[in-house]
Amino acid sequence: MNALAGTGLLTRLAFRRDRVVVPFWIYLLGITAIGTAYTSRAAFSTLAKRADFAASVNKNPSMLALYGPVQDASIGSVSLWKVGGIAAALVGVVSLFLTVRHTRGDEESGRLELVSAGVIGRYAALTAGLITVVTTELVLAVLVSIGLVALGLPTAGSIAFALGWFTIGLVFAAVAAVTAQLTTTSRTASGLAIAFLGLCYLIRAGGDVGGHDGPTWLLWLSPFGWMSHLRPYAGDDWWVIVLPVAFSAVCVAVAFALVGRRDIGAGLLPDRLGPAEAGAGLGGPLGLSWRLQRGSLFAWAAGFAVYGAAIGGVTENVEDMIGGSNGRDVLEKLGGGQGMVDAFTNAAMSLMALLASAYAVQAVLRLRSEETGRLAEPILATKVGRVGWALGHVLFAVVGPAVLMALEGVMVGLVHGLRSHDLGDQFPRIFWSAIVQLPAVWVIAGITVALFGFAPRLAVAAWGLLGVFLLLGELGPLLELKQWEMDLSPFTHVPKLPGAPMRTMPVVWLIAVAGLLTAAGLAAFRRRDLS
Amino acid sequence: MTDAISVSGLVKNFGRTRALDGLDLSVQTGEVHGFLGPNGAGKSTTIRVLLGLLKADAGEVSLLGGDPWRDVATLHRRIAYVPGDVTLWPNLSGGEVIDLLGRLRGGQDAKRKAELLERFELDPRKKGRAYSKGNRQKVALVAALASDAELLILDEPTSGLDPLMEEVFQRCVQEERNSGRTVLLSSHILSEVEALCDRVSIIRKGRTVESGSLADLRHLTRTSISVELATPPDGLADLPGVHNAKIEGRRVSLEVDTSQLDGVLARLTEAGVRSLISRPPTLEELFLRHYEDESVAADESVAAK
Repeated sequence: MNALAGTGLLTRLAFRRDRVVVPFWIYLLGITAIGTAYTSRAAFSTLAKRADFAASVNKNPSMLALYGPVQDASIGSVSLWKVGGIAAALVGVVSLFLTVRHTRGDEESGRLELVSAGVIGRYAALTAGLITVVTTELVLAVLVSIGLVALGLPTAGSIAFALGWFTIGLVFAAVAAVTAQLTTTSRTASGLAIAFLGLCYLIRAGGDVGGHDGPTWLLWLSPFGWMSHLRPYAGDDWWVIVLPVAFSAVCVAVAFALVGRRDIGAGLLPDRLGPAEAGAGLGGPLGLSWRLQRGSLFAWAAGFAVYGAAIGGVTENVEDMIGGSNGRDVLEKLGGGQGMVDAFTNAAMSLMALLASAYAVQAVLRLRSEETGRLAEPILATKVGRVGWALGHVLFAVVGPAVLMALEGVMVGLVHGLRSHDLGDQFPRIFWSAIVQLPAVWVIAGITVALFGFAPRLAVAAWGLLGVFLLLGELGPLLELKQWEMDLSPFTHVPKLPGAPMRTMPVVWLIAVAGLLTAAGLAAFRRRDLS
Repeated sequence: MTDAISVSGLVKNFGRTRALDGLDLSVQTGEVHGFLGPNGAGKSTTIRVLLGLLKADAGEVSLLGGDPWRDVATLHRRIAYVPGDVTLWPNLSGGEVIDLLGRLRGGQDAKRKAELLERFELDPRKKGRAYSKGNRQKVALVAALASDAELLILDEPTSGLDPLMEEVFQRCVQEERNSGRTVLLSSHILSEVEALCDRVSIIRKGRTVESGSLADLRHLTRTSISVELATPPDGLADLPGVHNAKIEGRRVSLEVDTSQLDGVLARLTEAGVRSLISRPPTLEELFLRHYEDESVAADESVAAK
């Protein structure tokens, strides 16, 4: 077992490095599941209320596409319905980021090379990374199931629910273990894994959107579908767990085979030669940031276009299946405005705005990784000023989300407009419902710039904040949070177009706050020491 | 002649650690100035203050007549910098980085660039991630040397180069000096410093402990002498300035403070010199004296506790 020598040491090192991040995510995700179950217990106290709710959700394609069906009128099924969807995806995202961080991330930075010279086997780093992530997911699953049982929910269902989350964490850790072998940068490795996660979610949405009459076989093709086939609190089909476990095992085996075949630091694709001289475009800070950021912008844009087309494709169905007063009730409770299509569009756009914010955060954090990677230093030793250098990247956090949301608006508007034979009317309404989200996205970008300027070591906390805002928006109404708590998230202030009326003041305020945060962050960056 | 760099009483703290503690440095225009000190002495921190990347907590810093923190944009047109640990963007080729840095500095000499690429045997088409440490350093060196900057700031620029390339580097720096450019060279390679530098500054724990031409510094140190005499000497070890004297019959080896050389030689000739080997202090000895003082001082402070 020489190839595994040092695994224990590396695992301890990984936990030491993650001693803040991992507990934070376990706490946030755990509190989300347990908190949601706790508050909805009161709201859905009678069987009649629950059956009503389940029936209305299950008739509503937008709800089905976003979160999947309510499988049973049991209290567990109803109250954990929503966290089974989006929050489970968040479990997957955290899991894949952690995996990449401890595999390709260490390799890219050269840290792995440093430890590999010691008594560290070839497979030790990958094994240690996977152990770290799987342990994290296991702790989360145990805590969540204990919490749910403590609330008085059935033990078997609670374990099945937590196990569902665990399988998502496991699958995407395994997928990330593979993508981490394919590419030389952790950025592309995470990007590939996220794209795969998006695809899986989309397949699940496709399988669920039509209810029982839809293409439910699609569910068998997605880890999110497997999770719902576990049927927590609704029969608990334990054998389904074989699927994600087998899939993860195959991925892990592939990852190990790839590690065995390649050199340390290298990807699978050989490096090609580049140009001997710089093109005319590579002449300033903006030219450089374009070179560094364009790949990720293109990838995100492709993802947004596909999502846009998919969402536009199902929007039409929403109209056909308006679920009576109950459905409307539910949607209002979930934060939508009037009208099923409008509410669906708004829900979809809010979700895309969160994703666009994720793009903005990573675009700004590029500043930090350039700084800590000592790549800012040679640039800042030239006539390029600090603000000029920083603006080259901040520009992507401002213009990038605009491009993404505009693309989303165009795709949804176009596809839905064509399908409903009402392009002239639908397109502008949908397009503007996408664009109106931007000020909130820019606030997130501004927060990240401010963190980078004032507290550079905490800059990555922007991810945590984004996670908090996501859960606030998704679960705030269900958790019956107070208005001021909801108001903490910039997304709360976005006018709920296309259904609700446009309100200018919140938009102006959001833009002002975003501008102020960005300017303050840049000013602070100008004054501080470079690290 | 004016000073290209003039630093006095520079203080820089990182939290509670004091990285620079009243450092002085003066580099005259047109000279190659060696900047020496043990690891962690504050060389890179000083350079980063000079580049305006760090803000000084106290002290006067003047770079090409300006303030490196305030006049960043104007000063940086006139300097070129090679960091000690060169990292490159993984997806940019070496040639692209050289051109980019040249353009950001405000111009480079295309002919000189081509010539340098050839001399350093650097393939500019490789991507950043494919270069070895030495080759990454060459990328930064070519970019700096091909610029028309009047001041070159080089932070241990040859730590990854092979001896052949080290040779090329030394010739390049000599050419730079001949064409009137000023060079601040932080280095650990003493032969390089001896070959290139007009003057050196040695720093320790954030302070300048020695500064001057190599000849000046040598004067402060000891010369080693091994001698075979006609008759056994007498009272040699008690002469002022003599250290580590080993007398075995007529064979003597000792170290003598260079300023006291006269008296010792006179006494030796009295005894009759059969053969004599005298070695001037090497730069190594010069450094070791300063570096060792530090560890001795550290030991003493530990012992005192």
